[in-house]
This record gives sequence, structure tokens and C-alpha cells, in this order.
Amino acid sequence: MDGTITTGTGTTTEMMASGAQALLRALKAQGVDVIFGYPGGAVLPIYDAIFQQNAIRHILVRHEQAAVHAAEGYARSTGRVGVVLVTSGPGATNAVTGLVDALMDSIPLVCLTGQVPTHLIGNDAFQEADTTGITRQATKHNYLVKRSEDLTRVVHEAFHVAKTGRPGPVLIDLPKDILINPAPYSEASTAQHRSYRPRTEPDPARIAEAVALLKRSERPIVYAGGGVINAGPEAAKLLIEFVRLTGFPCTTTLMGLGAYPASDPQFVGMLGMHGTYEANMVMHGADVMLNIGARFDDRVTGRLNAFSPGSKKIHADIDPSSINKSVAVDVAIIGDAAATLRALIAAWKNDAGKQDREAIAKWWQQIDFWRAKDSLRFTQKREPGSIIKPQYAIEQLYKATRGRETFITTEVGQHQMWAAQHFKFDKPNHWMTSGGLGTMGYGLPAAMGVQVAHPDALVIDIAGEASILMNIQEMGTLAQYRLPVKIFILNNKYMGMVRQWQELLHGNRYSESYSEALPDFVKLAESFHAVGLRAEKVEDLDRVIAEMLAVDRPVIADICVDEKENVFPMIPSGAAHNEMLLGPEHKNGGNPGVTDAGLALV
Amino acid sequence: MSDTNMRSATISVLVENESGVLARVIGLFSGRGYNIDSLTVAPVERDGSKSRITVVTSGTEMVIEQIKAQLGRLVPVYKVADLSKEGPHLARELALIKVVGTGDARQEALRLADAFRARVIDASTESFIFELTGATDKLDAFLDLMRPLGLAEVSRTGVAAIARGKVAIE
Repeated sequence: MDGTITTGTGTTTEMMASGAQALLRALKAQGVDVIFGYPGGAVLPIYDAIFQQNAIRHILVRHEQAAVHAAEGYARSTGRVGVVLVTSGPGATNAVTGLVDALMDSIPLVCLTGQVPTHLIGNDAFQEADTTGITRQATKHNYLVKRSEDLTRVVHEAFHVAKTGRPGPVLIDLPKDILINPAPYSEASTAQHRSYRPRTEPDPARIAEAVALLKRSERPIVYAGGGVINAGPEAAKLLIEFVRLTGFPCTTTLMGLGAYPASDPQFVGMLGMHGTYEANMVMHGADVMLNIGARFDDRVTGRLNAFSPGSKKIHADIDPSSINKSVAVDVAIIGDAAATLRALIAAWKNDAGKQDREAIAKWWQQIDFWRAKDSLRFTQKREPGSIIKPQYAIEQLYKATRGRETFITTEVGQHQMWAAQHFKFDKPNHWMTSGGLGTMGYGLPAAMGVQVAHPDALVIDIAGEASILMNIQEMGTLAQYRLPVKIFILNNKYMGMVRQWQELLHGNRYSESYSEALPDFVKLAESFHAVGLRAEKVEDLDRVIAEMLAVDRPVIADICVDEKENVFPMIPSGAAHNEMLLGPEHKNGGNPGVTDAGLALV
Repeated sequence: MSDTNMRSATISVLVENESGVLARVIGLFSGRGYNIDSLTVAPVERDGSKSRITVVTSGTEMVIEQIKAQLGRLVPVYKVADLSKEGPHLARELALIKVVGTGDARQEALRLADAFRARVIDASTESFIFELTGATDKLDAFLDLMRPLGLAEVSRTGVAAIARGKVAIE
């Protein structure tokens, strides 16, 4: 603390002995209590400053990608900004996958990267990478701090940008000399940002138009997405209030699971490629759709020109660029999901128009007819020695965890879809999955971040045997910090979703999708100081789940499941919602109806 | 989408004049597969704090609206104005054109330059450099005429544009 300077604007500025100290003070002022990181040459000054304080905890991961996913898990389960600290060069490039993942799923993060000293930038110095160049399209915004006097202002601004508007990852590249040299500390400015001013309050005129359409609707649907989760628990409460007030059916996207209680009778399940029959049929047959905080992702819409063809569409989103991007809508509402729902509820109550309750009741009769198909149905043989169906494993896991504060993360693939279908989420912020980017290796580090934020909660990574190997090194982190994360592997010895597409679309040619030479997951767990369990037959399942839940240590439960099981229902790429394939339980001809154009889609 | 009619759009973007801002705009166009027909940028505030980017692009109405929305959500962007849509506007670019030749061709080049109100800003016994300002199609027309007359080199600024009347971009 070298002195205090009061600037002309009245902001107090205090000199700090080093940029690293100023940085930590700014992080503390932003309410940061934990950083996920990995040290290296360029960030040594920050690690030295971390060593000399106790306010901020540092969690040492085993790979920088995992630091970012852990921060995502932390952010998604708390609603706060996740913080990552990695070194220059490979530290930064390893973080890129996590940053894009957070960008696609709108997760607020601040990622601090080390950089070579300013005088060496551009010199191909050791561990130099053009981090701001590489991450420009991988972040919501990024900064390179070139002057000490900009440092703390940039840090405060980064947090503001990360958490406001449509949230996302923000990166700050910190040259080593900036971290070593003295730097002034200034508090976060209360002034509006010069250029960045996201709109959060919806336009009342659009709200009125939306309510007019919704009141007159005979076959309505509410389609909620991750934006409702991002707007905070209040938004989820308002969504419930709105849906109950209107009597409408509600579906959610993968990212929106938990925004509306899965156990509620007005919930028709997740929609999209592996959504329920009823959710997709409702979407297809609707006359008015209210999309709140979802982005008409291609996994949801299927073939665009056949997506919900007869509906008037209302789209509420905080990001103007989400509106009319792939689906043209009739009413566009720009605003925060909570503010929008609050306005919709008020306008609905004030509107003198009467709902056609008879039409709505008829719509529910139709929905119940679709629901009766029971599209998620599967058959589990109970005789001892029977192979475990993956859906059954999830269902039993769900039953065994009811009544406990449970957070679920997943990797990517079949297990992710079965988890989404068969684990029922009644609350927001309890489901963490890589939706947009589809990042295998997300689940274990994300679970780590969730467990750090919620030390007493039950945190389970529902995984596949292929995905889990992508960040398996994080077992070391679990051991070091005694994080009792449970890893529930649905082991079908295949990259299951790849195998499923090869079966349905590529003539059963299982090219490179077999999980050859797998480790013994029980021994692997033990070598990482965790508990290893295995269920091979149906009679083992409940015991293994019970043992897993009873242990207050990290556990890998290797659940050997049916290798041939596919995820149904399925809307093949390029197909419409009403062309959905149902499972073998339902006789539907078995012809996927995939066109060449559809085959080219992912 | 049923709307398949392409249109050209001249978009003015007022941005914070900071390092990387042009890369953000260009990266957005290349990353999302939008066309850039012309792009110019220069600081426009006395203190150099803001720059104005003029980008000429083309696409369906939906794509152009999407381009504007994507530009608008970049953190250092103050204002996005679709000059083609928001009313009458003026668009000009400047070209420096080197024509090399002797005899009749040289005379003809000079005559045409005069007709187009191009200025001669450099001359040698075998060459002229013309400076020509105007709308893009005027420059194109002049260049077409110069081609058989010894056109050797062209440097164009790209389009700078501004709305007519008293209303100013913020």
C-alpha cells in the first residue's frame, strides 16, 4: 500500500504493491470465494499472492479444461460467476474447449490467463500464445491488460459483462509484468458501461400482444429454456405461476430441465431429438407457442420448415440475436426471463379477455392421448442374471436419491439423454450438462465444481465409459479436496450415441465406436483413493447404488448395461417432430425415414 | 425460410476504438458465414475514442437483421445503423488509379478522367495516377473504361456512408 490518490471523479485509488495483489483484491470485492486453476510460469505472481491470503480458496485441478468445467458447475449450481486461473500458452489453449462450452450454454465465467511480459508479446516467447486472438470467438468478451492502471477496472468490468445480459465467459489476459509491477486499485464503477447496455425490461406493447395471442389460444404450449435458469430461481417460480395461471402445457429444453417441476402434471417432458412423444406432438400441433429463454436449437426444432408449422410464435429472450435467427417469430420480446414472466403474469391478470377453457380442456385430452403412448417405456427383466437396462439404472438411481439434495452432472452421449429422460428435476440449478457444445469430459469436473459450492449435497456425475476417460485425471482433484462426488458410469462398452447413429444411419458399421481396452474402473477408483463398485446383473444394481450413496468419499460405480440399447424416442436429423421414431416397445416399422439431406446434418 | 430475396445493406457501426475491435467484427462475419462486400474503419471522435466501421454486406432480410443483432451484442459496439433501411443515405468511396500508356490511349485516359471528374495527382511521361471519388458503381464504370487503356493498379478505400438530413448516429 504505497499511498492513496483521489482522482477528479471522486473515486479513491490506492496503490498496491503488485498487480497480483490488486487483482486478488478486485476478485474479493466481486465476492469470489473460490478459484479453479493450475499454475505456471506466467501466473506465478498470482499464485504467490494467493499463498499469502486466506479469503479466496484455490482448487488445483489436473488439466486446465477441467478448471473451466469445474467453474461452470460452480456457476450453474449457484447462479454466481465461476472463476478460472490458468497460465499462458498451453494453459490458455487447454481452457478453450471449456470457454466455448460456457459460451454455448450461457454460463457466467471469468477466466484469468497468464501472458508473457508486455515487451515480449509477439516475440514467440516461451509459452506464448495469442490468447485474446484465439479466444475472441470463444468468449463473450476478452481483454488484454497492457497498462497497470487498467487492471482492476478491467476485472470489475469483466464480472459485469459475464453475469449481465446473456451470461457468458469473459477472459482477461494478464502479462507477467502487469502482475509484478505495482498497480492502482479502484472499486467497481457504479456508472453505466460506455457501450455495453443489455436490455432486461420487456417492452409492454410486446407483452400485451403476447397476452392477446395467448388468451385466444386453443392449443398453446410454453417452451422454456436455459434462460429461465440463468434468470435465477425467481424466474422458475414465476414460470410455475404463469403456467398454472394459464393452464397451459409446459415443455423444456435440455438446458431448461428443472425450470419447471418434472413431477407437475402440466409438464409434458423435454422436447426435441430425444424428447417425449407428447412434448414433440404438442409442439407440432400447437396454435400458439411461448418460447421463453430458449433458442430454437437444431436439436429442438428438427427440420425447420416442418417445425411447429401451425403456431403463432412468441419468443422472449435477453439476446436480440436469438430472435429470428433460425425460426421467424410473430412477437419478439427482448428482456430478462424473470422480468418478462412477471410482466406476462400482470398483463394476463389485467387482460379482460376470457380464455376458451373448453378448447384448452380438449387440448389436454389430446395431450393425454399422446402421453398414454408412454414413449419413454422400456422393459427390464427382473430374473437374476438379467442384463441391466440403462434407463432402469437411472430410474433406480433417481428413486434412491429422492429426498436428498441431489445435483446431477453428465458427460455427453446416450447416458446424458437417458439421464435427461428418466431423472426428474423439480428445481432449477440442480442439472448440469453440456448442451450446446456437447463436450465429452464435462461431467466429472463440473461435478467437482458443484461439490465445492455445495459441500454437503449429493453430487452425481452420470457418465459413459468413453466420456469419463476424457477428464479422468480429475479423480486426483476429488481425492485431494475430499470431494465425495459419485461417478455413475453406464458402461455399454461403446461410444453409445455414435454406435446408435451407425446402427440407424450407417448400416450397422460400427466404425471406431467400440470402447476397446477399457480400464478396470474399480481398480482405477482405488488407485485414485476412491471407492470402486460394480454392478453386472440386475440383482446387483440397488445394492451398488445404496453402497455408493452411503459412502462419504468419491465413488466410481461401474454399471454394466445393455450394449444394444438405443435412446428413443428419436427425431432423426432432418425429420419433423411428427416423424419421431419410437422404441422397440412401440411398433413403428423401424424405417428411420432419413433423407440424404438429413444424413448430412449432425 | 420462405424469404430468399437477397438485398445489399450498408451498415454503420460505431465502436469503442480499442485493440481487437475490428478483429471482432471481421471474425463475426467470417465465423458466421456472412458476406463482406466492403469494409472501412477510422476513428471519428476528436479524442480518438470511437471509430466508425462501414460495412457493406448482402443477404436475405433475416440474415441482415441477424448481422445487425450480432454486431449489436459485441461489448465495444455503441450503435448499429442500417443505412440502407433507415432512409436515404450517401455512400462514397475513393480510388487511386494508376494507368500506364503512351500515345492515343494516354490521351483517351485523360479525356475520360476529365469526364468522370477524376483528378490527376501524379503524372510521368508514361503514366497517370487518378484520384476518383464517388459511388461504387461510378468507380467500377471508370475502372472498366481504363482497363483497355493501360490500367495498371488500383487502390480503393471501400465505402464510407452517412444518412441524409439532420439526424446523426449517436
